[in-house]
Amino acid sequence: MSLLVYGVVARRDDTSLDSAVKKGQLPAAPGSSVSLPTLDGSARQSLAALRGKVVVLNFWASWCPPCQDEAPVLERAQRKLASSGGTVLGVTYKDDAGASRDFMRQHKLSYPSLRDDRLDLAPKYGTTKLPETFVLDRRGRVVALSRGEVSQDFLTHAIDRAQSI
Amino acid sequence: MRAAVIALLAMLALAPSALAVQPKASFNDVEDEVMCDTCNVPLNIADSDRAEQERQVIRKLIAQGLTKDQIKDRLKAQYGPAILATPQDSGFSLAVWWVPVAVVVALLALIAALLPRWRNRPPPDGGDDGDDPGPGRELSASDARRLEQDLARYDV
Repeated sequence: MSLLVYGVVARRDDTSLDSAVKKGQLPAAPGSSVSLPTLDGSARQSLAALRGKVVVLNFWASWCPPCQDEAPVLERAQRKLASSGGTVLGVTYKDDAGASRDFMRQHKLSYPSLRDDRLDLAPKYGTTKLPETFVLDRRGRVVALSRGEVSQDFLTHAIDRAQSI
Repeated sequence: MRAAVIALLAMLALAPSALAVQPKASFNDVEDEVMCDTCNVPLNIADSDRAEQERQVIRKLIAQGLTKDQIKDRLKAQYGPAILATPQDSGFSLAVWWVPVAVVVALLALIAALLPRWRNRPPPDGGDDGDDPGPGRELSASDARRLEQDLARYDV
């Protein structure tokens, strides 16, 4: 019975980041030092390397229909951010790398994406469902988060806030 | 000359099948030993977009001629041990192995502790009222006399 209780409790979603952001605490982005491979496996990157830039961190997968729907919104955000030195950073979640690359090509996405096949980063954000988006300011703090398909309105306001801090 | 051309054409026709990789694993055999990692159920009973993607990956690996173990190793290397339907050999998942063993050991210990006490228990004392002497016990003289009298009344 105790094992059953442990199993249920251990599977509960981690919402500590949500409550901190909701209170306006600007928590440090978890897993900044986690280094993940790029989609083609040719290099690795971490959030720490992007310190000094506004980052829109987006967890996605090619098999996730809402991820397809939000792809144009994220690409627009990338174009807006690129002019000010920021970036959207995609992180694939439980996805086949070839399918991820096809998805990027199909949706003409210009921002980089990393592979989190072994879930080194996603659980630190409490990510268990897709898509999820976290907006980080230049100091690597979480300014806003969106669990579910991200909206243009959310992104515009969150990026403006991250750039103004 | 004509025969040579026919033979050449026949060889060319057979060449693709000769060069094709022979599958070394059956899809069904692999599918039930892999988890759908977003649905947390074995892949053979999963119904989701991710499950379908995993099936495609397995079919691709089978087409490359990999054996079942090689396919499982490949998936494990990429997605971690949780991708396999068999319990992991570390961490909390070890409970799958040690809990049944612990339960059996505890039951055996309980039986070992209780069995001698059960076998050495005192025989029943004949009930609360003391009238029933119980099996293998002699009747008192008065009881024997009463029994004889009762039986005598039924003599025909």
